[in-house]
Amino acid sequence: MKKIEAIIRPGKLEELKAVLNQMEVRGMTVYKVMGRGLQKNVRQYYRGQEVSVDLFPKVKVEVICRDHWQERIVTAIMETCRTGAIGDGKIFIYPVEEIIRISSAERGDAAL
Amino acid sequence: MRKIHLPIGAAALTCTVLATRPVMAAEAISLDTGDTSFILICSALVLLMTPGLAMFYGGMVQSKNILSILMQCLAAMALVSVQWIFIGYTLAFGPDHVTLIGGLDFIGFNNIGVEALSPEVPIPHLAFAGFQLMFAVITAALITGAFAERMRFSVFVIFVLLWTTLVYDPLAHWVWGGGWLSKLGIMDFAGGTVVHISSGVSGLVAALMLGKRCGRTTEAIRPHNMPLTVLGAGLLWFGWFGFNAGSALSANGVAALAFLVTNTCAAAGALSWVAAEWLHHGKPTVFGAVSGAVAGLVAITPAAGFVSPLSAIVMGLVAGPLCYLAVSKIKDRFGYDDALDAFGIHGVGGTWGAVATGIFSSQAVNPAAMDGLLAGRPEQVLVQITGVIFTYVFAALLTYLILRLIGQFTLLRVSREEEEAGLDVSLHGEDGYSYADMNREGNAAAI
Repeated sequence: MKKIEAIIRPGKLEELKAVLNQMEVRGMTVYKVMGRGLQKNVRQYYRGQEVSVDLFPKVKVEVICRDHWQERIVTAIMETCRTGAIGDGKIFIYPVEEIIRISSAERGDAAL
Repeated sequence: MRKIHLPIGAAALTCTVLATRPVMAAEAISLDTGDTSFILICSALVLLMTPGLAMFYGGMVQSKNILSILMQCLAAMALVSVQWIFIGYTLAFGPDHVTLIGGLDFIGFNNIGVEALSPEVPIPHLAFAGFQLMFAVITAALITGAFAERMRFSVFVIFVLLWTTLVYDPLAHWVWGGGWLSKLGIMDFAGGTVVHISSGVSGLVAALMLGKRCGRTTEAIRPHNMPLTVLGAGLLWFGWFGFNAGSALSANGVAALAFLVTNTCAAAGALSWVAAEWLHHGKPTVFGAVSGAVAGLVAITPAAGFVSPLSAIVMGLVAGPLCYLAVSKIKDRFGYDDALDAFGIHGVGGTWGAVATGIFSSQAVNPAAMDGLLAGRPEQVLVQITGVIFTYVFAALLTYLILRLIGQFTLLRVSREEEEAGLDVSLHGEDGYSYADMNREGNAAAI
């Protein structure tokens, strides 16, 4: 099993959720995060005082899936969240050792 | 015109020992109910400006210091309201002593009753004294913007009491209570010198003495809640009608003039600040719009009963860019941390307003006014500048001395640790915003 961790633009979350839902990928964990990568600082002015904003609001979506689902989900994220501009985000993929559903104590695939 | 003629002259003073109701002469004067209700309502409007200011300032500080600034404004309301009864009113508006200070005839609000103030101002003396109180309250609160986010609360309490007694009360006497600045011929309709210059300059001195906020040397500090600031600016603008129109002390044509030019100058200030900023940095900001409106309100304050609406537009068009320059460039150049721009807006805007009063004042719009520069009396500008200079020197010197005196006994500033933790927690033991309590969130989701 894999954990797919995608950091995306906040405005893309609803669209991604809808696309994954169509693929019957329902489970996910979503975080509001701040981060920075290639995006340049943005300058803001408060009463003429310059403030350099170098952390940007992003959304992190975590999905756990069986190994053979990995590429389908990655493709869905790429197609949905990609604008081609700097700031689209990144995808990280990790192996998952075990899954346990707390309510039923099911393990592995059954807990997905 | 705020200059008043108190009913208690030398003759009346002699009967204070004889009777508990000394204002015999005034009893014959019947109250004007229209004026009385107008002033009572205006008093409430001016009072509302202080919580409005608390919101205006509160949005600008960091989220960890929101309560500290609200508390300072509330404390100013409570402290000055009590101080005014005991000593403040009588120092400011008691019978004049050598044009410097009011006598103690009204100590503890003694001799202030429901009878009319004078034939010229047929409202209860209590209503007049209460209206004046609201000005003293907001003036003290205005200073907090300069030393926000770092002064100890205990120090603030002592500072407000001493400052109001030693700076505001004498200054109000000099300009409105029959003191030497009024005899010099200074025109200050609603408080350009008494309220705005005095608070702005005192704030600047306090900011210099306390030093910069932690972290201010490396970066600008962003306001944490701009909608709160806009709400506060709206309340200020609203309350300012009471401040300026009420200063006519009567529901008359001068009040209507003051009301109208107040709105006009605020609007012109907002437009000109936003235009200046738009040209300078490419974006029209909300913060600029509300700051410009307040700068316009400050500028029109001394002139409100004396100038035409067109003059008010010119005053506002200057006030916006001038105050913008003060809070962006001048503050940077000199490196003082006037945290919320008490000096940049109230000091600078008030100075412009005081001078502009001498330029634009016109007997044609208000027969009780004196003509200014444009009406052929350039000497009024000099009188105004003299008043401004004395206000600067007096406010700066006294603020310095008061803080030095307090500094002899205790630290003025919170510790670095307290400042980093935020004044809300370290001084008041409260959080302004109790974010995401995890247990409670979880319980809600389980339903």
